[in-house]
Amino acid sequence: MATTKSPPRKPASPPSPETVPGGTPARVTQRSLARRFATRPEVGSLVGAVAVFALFFTVAVPFREFDSLSTVLYASSTIGIMAVGVSLLMIGGEFDLSAGVGVITSALAGGMFAYELSLNIWVAAALALGVSLLIGFLNGYLVVKTKLPSFLITLSMFLMLQGLNLAITRWVTGSVASPTISDMDGYASAQKVFSSTFTIGGVNVQITVLWWILFVALATWVLLRTKVGNWIYAAGGNADSARAVGVPVNYTKIGLFMTVAFMAWFVGMHNLFRFSTVQSGEGVGNELIYIAAAVIGGCALMGGWGTAIGAAIGALILGMAQQGVVYAGWNPDLFMFFIGATLLVAVVLNMWVRLRAQRR
Amino acid sequence: MSDSTKPILELTDVGKSFGNIHALRDVSLSVRAGEVTCILGDNGAGKSTMIKIISGLYQHDTGSYHVCGEPMNCSSPRDALDCGIATVYQDLALVPLLPVWRNFFLGSELTIGPWPFRRLDVAAMRRIADDELQKMGIKVPDIDQPVDTLSGGQRQVVAIARAIHFGAKVLILDEPTAALGVKQSGVVLKYISAAREAGLGVIFITHNPHHAYLVGDHFVILRQGTLDLSSPRAELTLDDLTHHMAGGAELDALKHELKRIDAPDVGAVHEKHEQEIGS
Repeated sequence: MATTKSPPRKPASPPSPETVPGGTPARVTQRSLARRFATRPEVGSLVGAVAVFALFFTVAVPFREFDSLSTVLYASSTIGIMAVGVSLLMIGGEFDLSAGVGVITSALAGGMFAYELSLNIWVAAALALGVSLLIGFLNGYLVVKTKLPSFLITLSMFLMLQGLNLAITRWVTGSVASPTISDMDGYASAQKVFSSTFTIGGVNVQITVLWWILFVALATWVLLRTKVGNWIYAAGGNADSARAVGVPVNYTKIGLFMTVAFMAWFVGMHNLFRFSTVQSGEGVGNELIYIAAAVIGGCALMGGWGTAIGAAIGALILGMAQQGVVYAGWNPDLFMFFIGATLLVAVVLNMWVRLRAQRR
Repeated sequence: MSDSTKPILELTDVGKSFGNIHALRDVSLSVRAGEVTCILGDNGAGKSTMIKIISGLYQHDTGSYHVCGEPMNCSSPRDALDCGIATVYQDLALVPLLPVWRNFFLGSELTIGPWPFRRLDVAAMRRIADDELQKMGIKVPDIDQPVDTLSGGQRQVVAIARAIHFGAKVLILDEPTAALGVKQSGVVLKYISAAREAGLGVIFITHNPHHAYLVGDHFVILRQGTLDLSSPRAELTLDDLTHHMAGGAELDALKHELKRIDAPDVGAVHEKHEQEIGS
């Protein structure tokens, strides 16, 4: 019957290294360590971070002091915590343009729940978390159900939240900011968790820096060492393939949108407990900074590629730029120009490095 | 292989329509363990609809579908997979940028540790993926390299090895040689016969009768949603198969027609061309 008969339980012909399928094992040698290192998503951004650091270290004298280091780290951490969620989502193949105003929505909700309902701060924070997660869920649910690009869905959400932030705040409080809540129950303990400082070697460090490191570590562990991480890469790399082998792509994506929402809540709480009041018009434009951090850190715009550590380095670059421009005595308006230029260099460099390194 | 008379997968008079289009009508098929069943047919003959029914993506409208004697009503590819029916699609269901071993275990990852700390068993997954690929006779230089750096044939074999490892009883291969060169196709055909020797029932969808005849034990030809031919290898020659596949009687008629209309003209052109070259 069969054309090629061979003993059962064995390949049709005995495999020998010389006749490996694909024909040519000799042509495919193991890529050198340096090559493999260079294809890591973080490497380009690490080089960039060193370059930006060197630049400001040279041109800005105050930048060299330890105190400014802590300021830079603080600025980086508020971008970086959001960039953790945004980069995970981007690796999973989606965008969230509502992340910037989502932070403010959460902070406003926390402030107004506490003040208007005279709640304990922690209860109000929990309610704000619920609001954030609901927004994240809605984003994710609409994206997987309508199959529309997340760009459109979250752009709509962004504009709606921007309007609601202003309208509801004015309607509830009669002003453009949330009421001051610094004298309410639980404020002190909440401030300790979300917005306190501690001293290391004579330098004041914001607690957000610690949270940032923790979230990056956690995200890295999830991405590289758990099922869910595998699913995130697969959902962003090829959703149809992932679905065909049984990966719950829709749940993964909804979960990612909710992760961004969680991070937005966290940063929102930080803002609230740092200043005890939040301006309802803030946050617009920040979503692009978070996305820039993720992209500078080597996350692929179309998903399936990137790391949380890369996004952290991206956030560090932006943090250095934000403070460096000030320390160097340049016009602070140049910050946005600097981000744009960094982003442009980063994406071109990343593509170039990847193309060169993948050449066999 | 021991009980080759009893089919592990059986379709009886299965039909499927989309609106008023009958994609498939009264099609019967039985797949036995240790046999390669080839499904041939032109574009639009109903091959894809048939695989999609078998692999659980579509529900059939009429007829019956049994797996190991049990009526099968899978509502998703996951259900079909749980019944031991694995499909290797044309796009292979591989994620290009993921390393080979992550692709191998995608959707069925091995984990260790209690819940909050449950993590991937990376060492075991890398070892098993490497072993399984070696068993299929393919040796990837680096199990960590992204799947898109492998050749087309190697990727195909990764997908097949994965299906076999996860306990497939029936392996459906959707046009595995369609996008491959001659040599690569040979490699894939070798693994199809390896899967057969391993006791799997293989459904090999192709429109290349030459490839089909090299490995097939039973041949089914679909035409416009109906069964045109269903015959064991013993009752068929490659010429029969090619003839049937190419359209059989229709092709004869076409040949006749072409001969009558075009032959003189073509001949004249040729002669003229030769004269030009000669002069």
